Amino acid sequence: MKKKLTFAAALLAASVLGGMANAKTLVYCSEASPANFDPGTTTGGNDFDASSRTVYSRLVEFKHGGTEVEPGLADKWEISDDGLVYTFHLHPGVKFQTTDYFKPTRDLNADDVVFSFDRQFNKENPWNGDKYLPNLTWDYYTGMDMPKYVAKWEKVDDLTVKLTLTEPNSPMLANLGMDFASIVSKEYADQLQKDGKMADFSTKPIGTGPFQFVDYQLDSVIRYAANPDYFKGKEKIDDLVFAITPDATARIQKVLAGECDIAPYPNPADIATIKANKDVTLMDQAGLNIGYMSYNTTIPPLDKPEVRHALNQAIDRQALIKSLFQDAGATPAENLIPPTMWSWNKDVKTDAYNPDEAKKVLEAAGLKDIQLWASDRVRPYNPNFQRAAELIQADWAKVGVKAEIVNYEWTKYRSEGKKKDRPGAFQIGWTGDNGDPDNFFATLFACSAIGVSNYSSWCDKDFEDLIQKAKKTSDQAERSKLYEQAQVIFAKEAPAFLLVHSQVYAVVRNNVSGFKMDPLGIHRFDGVDKAE
Amino acid sequence: MLKYILHRIALLIPTLVGITICAFAFVRLLPGDPILAMAGEHGVAPARYEELKEQFGYNLPIWQQYTRYVGEVVTGDFGVSISSKRPVLEEFKTLFPATLELSFFAMIFAMLLGIPAGIFAAIKRGSWFDQSLMGTALVGYSMPIFWWGLLLIIFFSGYLGWTPVNGRIDLQYFFKPITGFMTIDTLLYGKWDAFRSVLRHLVLPTIVLGTIPLAVIARQTRSAMLEVLGEDYVRTARAKGLSSARVIGVHALRNALIPVVTTIGLQVSTLLAGAILTETIFSWPGIGRWMVESISKRDYVVVQSGLLLIALIVMAVNLIVDVLYAVINPRIRAA
Repeated sequence: MKKKLTFAAALLAASVLGGMANAKTLVYCSEASPANFDPGTTTGGNDFDASSRTVYSRLVEFKHGGTEVEPGLADKWEISDDGLVYTFHLHPGVKFQTTDYFKPTRDLNADDVVFSFDRQFNKENPWNGDKYLPNLTWDYYTGMDMPKYVAKWEKVDDLTVKLTLTEPNSPMLANLGMDFASIVSKEYADQLQKDGKMADFSTKPIGTGPFQFVDYQLDSVIRYAANPDYFKGKEKIDDLVFAITPDATARIQKVLAGECDIAPYPNPADIATIKANKDVTLMDQAGLNIGYMSYNTTIPPLDKPEVRHALNQAIDRQALIKSLFQDAGATPAENLIPPTMWSWNKDVKTDAYNPDEAKKVLEAAGLKDIQLWASDRVRPYNPNFQRAAELIQADWAKVGVKAEIVNYEWTKYRSEGKKKDRPGAFQIGWTGDNGDPDNFFATLFACSAIGVSNYSSWCDKDFEDLIQKAKKTSDQAERSKLYEQAQVIFAKEAPAFLLVHSQVYAVVRNNVSGFKMDPLGIHRFDGVDKAE
Repeated sequence: MLKYILHRIALLIPTLVGITICAFAFVRLLPGDPILAMAGEHGVAPARYEELKEQFGYNLPIWQQYTRYVGEVVTGDFGVSISSKRPVLEEFKTLFPATLELSFFAMIFAMLLGIPAGIFAAIKRGSWFDQSLMGTALVGYSMPIFWWGLLLIIFFSGYLGWTPVNGRIDLQYFFKPITGFMTIDTLLYGKWDAFRSVLRHLVLPTIVLGTIPLAVIARQTRSAMLEVLGEDYVRTARAKGLSSARVIGVHALRNALIPVVTTIGLQVSTLLAGAILTETIFSWPGIGRWMVESISKRDYVVVQSGLLLIALIVMAVNLIVDVLYAVINPRIRAA
């Protein structure tokens, strides 16, 4: 038996080795191993690059390189006037991938869509709990408040699905473009359940996406082949390989040596070397993120907007950004949302550096001591909280405010920081999930987010009314106006010091075409080609 | 002899209990919370947090969590990874051959260079060779692995282009692992090109991981050799008119190697510790990197079971070394 297996493996190796000679192979040096290949169960960007963006598709998709929603598996959809019912019309004839472990007998239909969501919340669904995988938590489904908003998913006919909401929620459409909303095959799930191999669903994925899974060597290499039946047409590259390379310097060396075609997240220190190399291009884009510092607006004297403005004015933001980001650069933030996002208000400006004015106000308010929080973690929006804290501490000292730096490890830092009675200024940031402004405004500063992710404990009635109204409005132009007004209030009230929107980088060899930086931080390989 | 072995095994039991306590406690002493780590940037609502704590059993008193853990380990259940949801033992078995293969080559490298260098330094005691060798060994011993690894990559792979940057094999080669040892698997498939690719990929990580053991072995061999060379029987051998090569090769070396064998055994733990950094730099899919990633993900289950499995291996190796030592040196058995 063993001999037979060895022989079969040798044959497979021989056929692949033979096949690779003429095939067009794109190698992506990914930054970490995926937890598994079921995007409903994972949360990391690297998990999604390896599963949802390669193997799967969704009802709606984000425009390649943007945040606008466009048709995916659903060709079109209607939203009822009350904003409660979404009807999706599926693209006909979409095939699930045929692999050596699954041969589909039918095309994608409404059952697959209903199953893809039902399994994430319905405790009666055998795929919801331990029968499938131990300790499943469906973090993104619950994190995006889907259980609160979704009343039911229904099949109308094979190619029509109806989603009913409990209350109007305009960001819902963008949610459905997110990774957790990837559409899986019910037929495949049923087959695995029958065979008693449910766990395979997370290790041997089947989707309708541009690439199909071939093999994963744990912590080492993931292999995909172009899906010949992809409903948007077969990709130009034949094979896609993820070479898992956790060390940033090693990753860049691999691209420079031609062992990889694309690598994400270079070290800022390597940027100059990359720019000097003729064979590669450094691609960048303003990330969908914000680095900021929340003041606890409930504890005097920080409850007064003028005090918060004065603290902002005392910080030399340009010098701070230069020191933190060096050659990598970053866009100073004027608003909570980055300029790439719709509804960004270009007329709003954050506080300018003015230590003299700041000193007067702070002296009058009697603010002498303040806590300034910093953590150990490197974040895209702030590579060094401690360094930032020291620089801000020095700036505040110049205006007569003595800052005491408070340090905690990252998870403890956040759990302590979000307490309602946490004193002082708390450095934090956010990377957007779905390109919807609600994902910034409501997630970070809604009254209901106090104690969760509203680190300023800020609850402003006017601001709250605007963002809640925007959430219930379907028309994007109207929503945009509401968010623009919300930004004016935010700037006036200054619940936080806004630092930057950082850049995201990738290094790409010059013979690669069609690769786009994505503001959502995902890495997509559909539409990518490579010249020999 | 059997009594000696049983005695050594019995001594391992309290060590084992100690290790389970340490593995369990260290992981919990790490700052950070596995549930918050899992939830990512989003955070998690307080009610949901409590629900998850209960689901994972973190709401139980610490002693109950410990007894539950030991109960599972005793029955061979090392738990399921919080992040990947795969059984820890299965992941360990998949990844361990990569670490073992790299450690094996690092050890061979350290021995092949370290032992002759130590002997030569002892013979030429006080010479410029001896001085510079021992100086280099000290530098090697103090070398930060991370820096050393990146330096070699940038020079040999980046600047000269002689070696691949990292990984275990060129990506064009693709086959199902049979043993998990790439050197063996490529030979079993009869793929010479692939075998050569594996060897090329082994060069830099072997040097990086083998540097510290090389320095230790060279120094140990030198001092053991010096001690033996001063013994009466060596002087007698020389007085009898035996050639210098015979005195050193036959009379001195065999005795000098006894402490060296112990040193080599003890280097296994150095290799496993070094593997953590080496594997991270060289994208080597072994247990060292697996542990690092699990720590940053606060995957308690992997970290505590991984620690235990690694400790078991180190203990087993030490046991074997003890027994071997007793075989070589009968005086130990009586002690």
